[in-house]
Amino acid sequence: MIERRLDLVVIGGGAAGLAAAIAAKENGVDPIMILERNEELGGILPQCIHTGFGLHFFKENLTGPEYIARFVKKVYDSGIEYRLETMVLVLTPRGEILAVNQAEGLMKLRADAIILAMGCRERSRGALCIPGTRPAGIFTAGTAQRLMDIEGYVPGKRVLILGSGDVGLIMARRFVMEGAEVRGVVEVMPFPGGLDRNLQCLGDFGIPLYLSHAAAFIHGSERVEAVTISRLDDEGRPIYGEEKTIECDTLILSVGLIPENELSKRAGVKLDPKTGGPVVDENMETSVENIFACGNVVHVHDLVDHVTQEGEAAGRNVAKRILGELPPLKRRITLKAEGNIRYVVPQVISGEQPLTLYSRVKSPAFNAEIRIGQNIVVHKRVVKPPELVTIKLTAERLKDLEKEEETTVSMNV
Amino acid sequence: METSVLIIGGGITGTAIARELSRYDVKVALIEKEVDISFGGATKANTAIIHAGYDDKPGTLAAKLCPRGNILWSRLASVLSIPFKRIGSLVVALGGEEASVLEELMERGGRNGVPNLKIIENEELFEMEPNLNREAIAGLYAPTAGIVSPYEAAIALAENAKQNGVSILLGTKATDVIVEDGEVKAVRTNNGRIYTRYVLNAAGLFADEISSMAGIKEFEIIPRKGEYVIYDKDLSGIVNHVLFPVPSPVSKGITVTPTVDGNIIAGPTAHDIKDKNDLTITLAGLEEVLDGAYKLVPELSARRDTIIAGFAGLRPQPTTEDFIIKSYREPFGFINVAGIKSPGLTSAPAIAEMVVDILKRGGLTLEEKDDFKPFRKPIEHPIRDFHPTKTEELIAKDPRYGHVVCRCEYVTEGEMMDAIHRGATTLDGVRYRTRAGMGRCQGGFCTPHVIKTIARELHVPVEEVTKRGNGSKILPYRAKQLLLGDERE
Repeated sequence: MIERRLDLVVIGGGAAGLAAAIAAKENGVDPIMILERNEELGGILPQCIHTGFGLHFFKENLTGPEYIARFVKKVYDSGIEYRLETMVLVLTPRGEILAVNQAEGLMKLRADAIILAMGCRERSRGALCIPGTRPAGIFTAGTAQRLMDIEGYVPGKRVLILGSGDVGLIMARRFVMEGAEVRGVVEVMPFPGGLDRNLQCLGDFGIPLYLSHAAAFIHGSERVEAVTISRLDDEGRPIYGEEKTIECDTLILSVGLIPENELSKRAGVKLDPKTGGPVVDENMETSVENIFACGNVVHVHDLVDHVTQEGEAAGRNVAKRILGELPPLKRRITLKAEGNIRYVVPQVISGEQPLTLYSRVKSPAFNAEIRIGQNIVVHKRVVKPPELVTIKLTAERLKDLEKEEETTVSMNV
Repeated sequence: METSVLIIGGGITGTAIARELSRYDVKVALIEKEVDISFGGATKANTAIIHAGYDDKPGTLAAKLCPRGNILWSRLASVLSIPFKRIGSLVVALGGEEASVLEELMERGGRNGVPNLKIIENEELFEMEPNLNREAIAGLYAPTAGIVSPYEAAIALAENAKQNGVSILLGTKATDVIVEDGEVKAVRTNNGRIYTRYVLNAAGLFADEISSMAGIKEFEIIPRKGEYVIYDKDLSGIVNHVLFPVPSPVSKGITVTPTVDGNIIAGPTAHDIKDKNDLTITLAGLEEVLDGAYKLVPELSARRDTIIAGFAGLRPQPTTEDFIIKSYREPFGFINVAGIKSPGLTSAPAIAEMVVDILKRGGLTLEEKDDFKPFRKPIEHPIRDFHPTKTEELIAKDPRYGHVVCRCEYVTEGEMMDAIHRGATTLDGVRYRTRAGMGRCQGGFCTPHVIKTIARELHVPVEEVTKRGNGSKILPYRAKQLLLGDERE
């Protein structure tokens, strides 16, 4: 069995993992190895052939493959090692890894630091318990995207999309462009889940958007034949008699992403039930010393640009740790999300250095007043669930922070 | 085509009979209307329990065959490498009234010959099941109860039967039973006539229709629907035994049990319906399952987010209430093995023995073969069933066992290839044999790989690969095909 010792192992070669590895390398960490289970580096981006990537990070409008290619190239050029089609089987709290691939078989790696960058997976039909039959023709949006944009197949020609999140909206557009008919986009909430720029395609292509609707029944014994949707009342309960059956051969599910933390759990990393990801501190370090995390494994981001920034931060911090310049946080203030704030990341701060908090709200609000502890108040003109809210904690603001073990982050609507 | 014995139905009953008959020097064929073994009916969707045998009314066939089947499973699972664990079951009484039912069951179990039944009380109960409802006052413990993978069992039985000379004809549906001069002559199918001396009707939900074709209309099969939910392996260990509530007149109630694969399953409901193809899951069914599950294990109510799938199965409930396993004076050669409801999975090996006996008594000469091969090599799961040295050896021999394709269930390309070469032709066929796509992401990541592998290995276009045969195509069009107006499927 191959045995290696490394400074850093990055688990996951998507946007977060690549940015982290590159930043660590640029700051003196060597050797580094990226372990990726897919057959290429880049995570989800190679299949995201639409534009809208890089507007913040590069100030350019790029496609997914273009965006990620810049990082892949840097990895190639910098001599960072990577392994493809490689699955991590075991991760211990002490940085020991057992991984496997076809070319090398089993390998035992030991690293001074680990960065978790496994990304997320899609919520399935099974998890939703949508009533009805279980025919062929039900796909999660990301799987359908891969089938179309990587494999070159179209899963169906009359398509209903469940969930108005970004991936669902992007797939609506892709199906139209492949000559399929998109029969509608169905959203349980009274407001759409995706970014405005992705919503635009519904109007452009005349695709109906059913807000406050849920899938009530899937029909079809061998292949999907139709889906019945029902209108929901203000409490989210189906209104009897307000059903509509839409004929289609394909149902696309874009109903949520779940950070993939099976490895983290087994390594003893503490998770935040609200994000589904590890609890991290302002250095992106998890509850297990020398195991850091970044990207969608921590919480589901809406822009890859932010994922990249988070990855870079994690990579830089790991470098400092390895060079002995960044001890674990001494003072730990735990931030607790309350009210309209669904979650806040990082969950642990020192209160001693300026930082940006990322937060997601439960429902839209105007002229929102976000309170951190008793004394810090941050105003936001508009907040809505699809868009991460950034809260800058400047040195000025931090002066007002109560230095207690636990502080609430809250917003009253 | 000509055979001596024709078995109709590739579920657990038909395959168990086929494998039992394959010991003997006799020509046997099995037909299954679906494209793969166990795709048809109750076998693919049930609670996957090997029952101890205290439930059935003494004197019935079920009461006789269930405890016998329970004993036979140990050896069968071992020689055929079928996932099987004897974890024991507990019927849980939640109040004084229910506790008296336990006494009745124990007494009935004694009469059925079920060994080692014991009533467990108080702290001992919670030591066995720490997450059991605290209102539980007693449990009937049956140490011989177990869990099995029913579709893997049927597939293994069919594979071994085939190894021993049985013809397995998939996608072959019986359309008539031809009787001449009071004797069975042949069975007409969509793939032509099969001449045979004996017909064994193991057609599950459709056994009444097959029986009618032979002129025997003494029973009907009512589909009794059962809905289930499966929980993530994260919950593994939340229960350690098969947990039953006290039974009702129509069913053994909503069970919570580990599966052989480490998930937790809850269900089934029990509702008699009309449509033998109605495998829909419903909101009402889901609520009923969850209510039942929460009564046994209240902790589950906080774990709704760990449900990974729901499904429904249909048990073939006979109007006679008991298994119908018998031959007839006329038409001679026709044998019903019908109404194999619960505990049919448990009873299957005993049913097979009984059918062999009926055939012998009916005049069929059955001599044991010298070259019967009782063993079946399993599909290796080197990553899921990790072993420090064996895993490494297997990957060294065939590196495809180092390529993990299904990341949730740790299924490698090597396993998928083996499954395909053993006869899987569809996505579900690969799933049932390897568990690829049965984990928490439900095939989100591995589906494209599995489809491509099937297409490559079977030399068919990707567009032709189906979920489970017939019209269940998964990727009907190539990119740009719809734009070109070429919609031929």
